[in-house]
Amino acid sequence: MSVFVIRRLMQSIAVLVVTALIVFLGVYAIGDPIEMLISHDASPAERAQVILSLGLDRPLWQQFFTFCWNALHGDLGRSFVFNKPTITLIFERLPATLELTLTGLVFALALGIPLGLISGLKPNSVTDEAIMTGSILGFSLPGFWQGMMLIMIFSVWLGWLPSTGRGEMGSFLGIHSSLFTLDGLKHLILPAINLSLFKLSLVIRLTRTGVRETMPLDFVKFARAKGISERRIVFVHVLKNILIPLITVIGMELGSMLAFAVVTETIFAWPGIGKLLIDSIMRLDRPVVVAYLLVIVSLFILINFAVDILYSLIDPRVRLGDQS
Amino acid sequence: MTQPVLDVRNLSTHFPTRRGVIKAVDDVSFQVGQREIVGLVGESGSGKSITGFSILGLVDPPGRVVSGSIRFQGEELTGLPQKAMRTIRGKRIAMIFQDPMMTLNPVLSVGTQMIETVLAHDNVSRAEARARSRDALGLVGIPSPDERLDAYPHQFSGGMRQRVAIAIALLHRPELIIADEPTTALDVTIQSQILFEIKRLANEFSMALIWISHDLGVVAALADRVMVMYAGKIVEAGPVDDVLARPAHPYTVGLMQAIPAAVPRGEPLKPIPGMAPSPLARPSGCAFRDRCDRATDICATPPALDLSEAREWRCFHPKEWRAA
Repeated sequence: MSVFVIRRLMQSIAVLVVTALIVFLGVYAIGDPIEMLISHDASPAERAQVILSLGLDRPLWQQFFTFCWNALHGDLGRSFVFNKPTITLIFERLPATLELTLTGLVFALALGIPLGLISGLKPNSVTDEAIMTGSILGFSLPGFWQGMMLIMIFSVWLGWLPSTGRGEMGSFLGIHSSLFTLDGLKHLILPAINLSLFKLSLVIRLTRTGVRETMPLDFVKFARAKGISERRIVFVHVLKNILIPLITVIGMELGSMLAFAVVTETIFAWPGIGKLLIDSIMRLDRPVVVAYLLVIVSLFILINFAVDILYSLIDPRVRLGDQS
Repeated sequence: MTQPVLDVRNLSTHFPTRRGVIKAVDDVSFQVGQREIVGLVGESGSGKSITGFSILGLVDPPGRVVSGSIRFQGEELTGLPQKAMRTIRGKRIAMIFQDPMMTLNPVLSVGTQMIETVLAHDNVSRAEARARSRDALGLVGIPSPDERLDAYPHQFSGGMRQRVAIAIALLHRPELIIADEPTTALDVTIQSQILFEIKRLANEFSMALIWISHDLGVVAALADRVMVMYAGKIVEAGPVDDVLARPAHPYTVGLMQAIPAAVPRGEPLKPIPGMAPSPLARPSGCAFRDRCDRATDICATPPALDLSEAREWRCFHPKEWRAA
């Protein structure tokens, strides 16, 4: 186990360095921030002054190493636009996105697993057909369109739920979140549903496939021959086997939900990290883009790490650190 | 005559498919006496496993028992509701499956899978259920059973897994065990160990045993009585020594000539010509007539069961052993 953790840590650092390099080069290639930052009637002296102060006069490799050196000290640079440390900017916005993503994920799992089970246990029944058709819609209707429809139905026509913003925040055990107030929850529901509909469809299909693959296996029949109740067979014998592929996919999807919550955040004016990224790209605010991508990569690494640990807890055949 | 443990009369199990009805078990009748070991022999697809599953009510849909009666200790099992059936499965009739690699759930510990079997039928504490599981493991010759309870199936060899399956079958000291080719997937040396073990335990606990196999040699070593199945029907039955010494049905004769040990050294084995008929297109009358060298026109009508003394067979042209 500890061998596994150490090896994984070293891999993670390598991944981070490579990502940093690629992102740095990529951002360098997309344009000159000076053009965006300074007004056109600025004198050449002013211009040179700004370039100097931002360190843009130095060669690229020097900029990169300065960046890496500072990153090692927890400093991912300052935003050109806000003139604030990028880390502060990101961590101001990250909780809102995390809250949205996790709520969406819980929603997808809490609804998707039961629906998938129902579908898989009664394949080709009317219920199954209905659930499958629903999941095709979840898959194929574009997220932004779903978001707009949700707003139109629940905010405009029915007037049940607000359509924009994060709402009032409450605090519980030192955590600030809109989960703890009624107003906050109301604001959260629509964007969370919008973000989770695709994942919900995915979870339903994965669960259904898992059930259909597992139910005909000998160990299920053997469990029946032992006189085990059907309930225990489904919820213990079958579900535990299905969780293995489910966790793999969900792990990957959680990362992408975090990274690409952008669309939902834009539609619902959710003050999350995705919106920050879009704005920063528009303004060529390089440090924010680089810092954002590094934070997201770190989150991906963390999630994958958690998935591997979960794996070993669920599947006894997986022993961490055993592979040479 | 004392009441038989199992009395099967005119059992038919059919599988409706798009291309027609598969008569997997077709009008099968037999009895299993107290403490009797009955071998059920036939090639793949002959319906021997489905016969076993029919008794326990575990035929996979769309297959179902369409007619006939199954009396277990005088109690009718066909038409029994699932709930009542469950109190018999694993408790009074246990089953052992063919492939020990597949019968245990890979993600649950052996202990969990044993304890749940105890708790499914008896209202005892977990500790007591664990103690009983441990004793059962010891009984089938698994060393340090207490530690092995916490192990997972992949940590056992094939032979040991089959011992675990046998231990599970023995947990409730059933009156009848149905063993579906339990040694087929094992090495020859392990095979004889398991064979010996099951025979010893059946004797020790006065259990009746139905041993399903395609291997006449194994059945000869174990069973009191043998039934030969072909294309869903029992074609010959009788005391094992008698049937093997003087087989009457040409199919039984063919099976015996295909056993390497039964043929003098140097002489070629005589395979039965042709292939088992497709279950959708069985010849009318005797299903074996296409492959039989004794077949005549009369074989196109279904042969009745011929009962002479303790022997029975379904054939118009039995081998004339009585003259010998």
